[in-house]
Amino acid sequence: MFLALADVFAFISRFFRELFLPPYEFKEIIRQCYEVGFRSLLLISTTGFITGMVFTNQSRPSLSEFGATSWLPSLISIAIVRALGPLVTALIAAGKVGSSIGAEIGSMNVTEQIDAMEVSGTNPFKFLVVSRVLATSITVPILTMYTIFVALIGAFLNVSMNEQTSFTSYIQEVFGAISYVDIFASLLKSIVFGFTIGIVGCYKGYNSSKGTEGVGKAANAAVVTSMFLVFIEEMLSLQIVQSFR
Amino acid sequence: MSKTSKTGEESVISIRNLRKSFGDLHVLQGIDLEVKQGENVAVLGRSGTGKSVLIKIVVGLLKPDSGSVIVLGQDVERLTAKEMDAFRQKVGFSFQSSALYDSMSIRENLEFPLVRNIRNLSRADINKAVEKALDDVGLSQTINQMPSELSGGQRKRIGIARTLILNPEIMLYDEPTSGLDPITSIEINNLINEVRERINATSIIITHDLTCAKTTGDRVAMLLDGKFERIGPFDEVFADPDERVRQFYNYNFIN
Ligand SMILES: Nc1ncnc2c1ncn2[C@@H]1O[C@H](COP(=O)(O)OP(=O)(O)O)[C@@H](O)[C@H]1O
Ligand SMILES: [Mg+2]
Repeated sequence: MFLALADVFAFISRFFRELFLPPYEFKEIIRQCYEVGFRSLLLISTTGFITGMVFTNQSRPSLSEFGATSWLPSLISIAIVRALGPLVTALIAAGKVGSSIGAEIGSMNVTEQIDAMEVSGTNPFKFLVVSRVLATSITVPILTMYTIFVALIGAFLNVSMNEQTSFTSYIQEVFGAISYVDIFASLLKSIVFGFTIGIVGCYKGYNSSKGTEGVGKAANAAVVTSMFLVFIEEMLSLQIVQSFR
Repeated sequence: MSKTSKTGEESVISIRNLRKSFGDLHVLQGIDLEVKQGENVAVLGRSGTGKSVLIKIVVGLLKPDSGSVIVLGQDVERLTAKEMDAFRQKVGFSFQSSALYDSMSIRENLEFPLVRNIRNLSRADINKAVEKALDDVGLSQTINQMPSELSGGQRKRIGIARTLILNPEIMLYDEPTSGLDPITSIEINNLINEVRERINATSIIITHDLTCAKTTGDRVAMLLDGKFERIGPFDEVFADPDERVRQFYNYNFIN
């Protein structure tokens, strides 16, 4: 257990060491960003939209009990920007991107492609790990902003169907409810989520056991571990943000 | 294809009393091997006897438990990361599984080590080097294909081409003919001999294909119980009445 933990820390510190050392694999980083974004875009669009819509619908009854449905937009705004947006995005990315990183690097390990890079005097860690972890750390926050946007649209559709709220007053209430601190905190949190998904996927793939079952195990462990860590980080971030507010 | 004997005097690979275990599994138990400049040695042995482990130690992928491994005058264990990269450019390694990068085209596979080891090459230089390496293994037409579209023999050749692009001085082949039909195997054996002539390579060829050992090796070394019990010219080694040696021979030549 402690040995595994030391191993993880060594992996993470190697990431930061190699992050700043040339040569840089710019082309690969861009390609990976594109992959991460592209792979999750459709799923995130639908889940984000549905989350916004359903959450609004489910919140309405308890607010209307107090005759306070006019608070709906600000409630939705806070929930989506602070919690739902980053969380939904991270979970989708963990399932979609984390698993494929685990499987991809795992299969490269099993079929000796990582060894092949190493013996040709090139740096597989830089090419495979640094580029992917950077890509998830950059792309997940961008996707989070997109999810928040789509979820707010979904929420507006529900609001406009039930209450006579115009789009402009909806937007005003949405932005009135949140501050820059909220947006900044969400962005920071998403960077941490993205980093977690990338580093866990790479670690599991890089250390997969030999043999074909190692690939499946790596993909599976990447998803389970990164989802678990995302929830833990969500909880910790709550504590941290609260102490700043 | 005849074997040339431009074998020099100095040892290019010098292994002394090399030991390597994985837990309780004692794989290599005192390996001694000298390979001279330009010499090709075929290493024979059953599956799981540690042949792959041996050449992975030679190229620094695995660390020995004890013993010394001097390659091209350098102690492989003592190289810094930078020296190791420079060292590995001089050593070509052909993997048993070919280990082509499946997400890259053949062109990209060959470019990968080239552009990362030799900086500031022009596009024209890169293309020329890739085309030449492919031509050397007779597979120019595959340049835009993906590895998954190639046959086992073609993948082996591309794997060899990918190492040749860095002009290595040493070639290490891990079971170059395993899983291939006899005709393709002969082609690969010929390729190994061509490579040897073209770059005057010093090579270790791991195999349990005796035809391969005989056509490509100046000497054969038989790995038995973690040691090279027999080393010498093919006919000498197989003149041995030892049961373990005979079995090997009989299976390959059906008598
Ligand atoms: N990295 C490793 N970790 C643990 N055991 C290994 C490792 N590499 C090889 N082995 C074990 O060492 C033995 C020899 O392996 P290998 O050199 O691949 O055999 P072969 O002669 O067939 O090439 C096998 O039993 C294998 O399971
Ligand atoms: Mg082997």
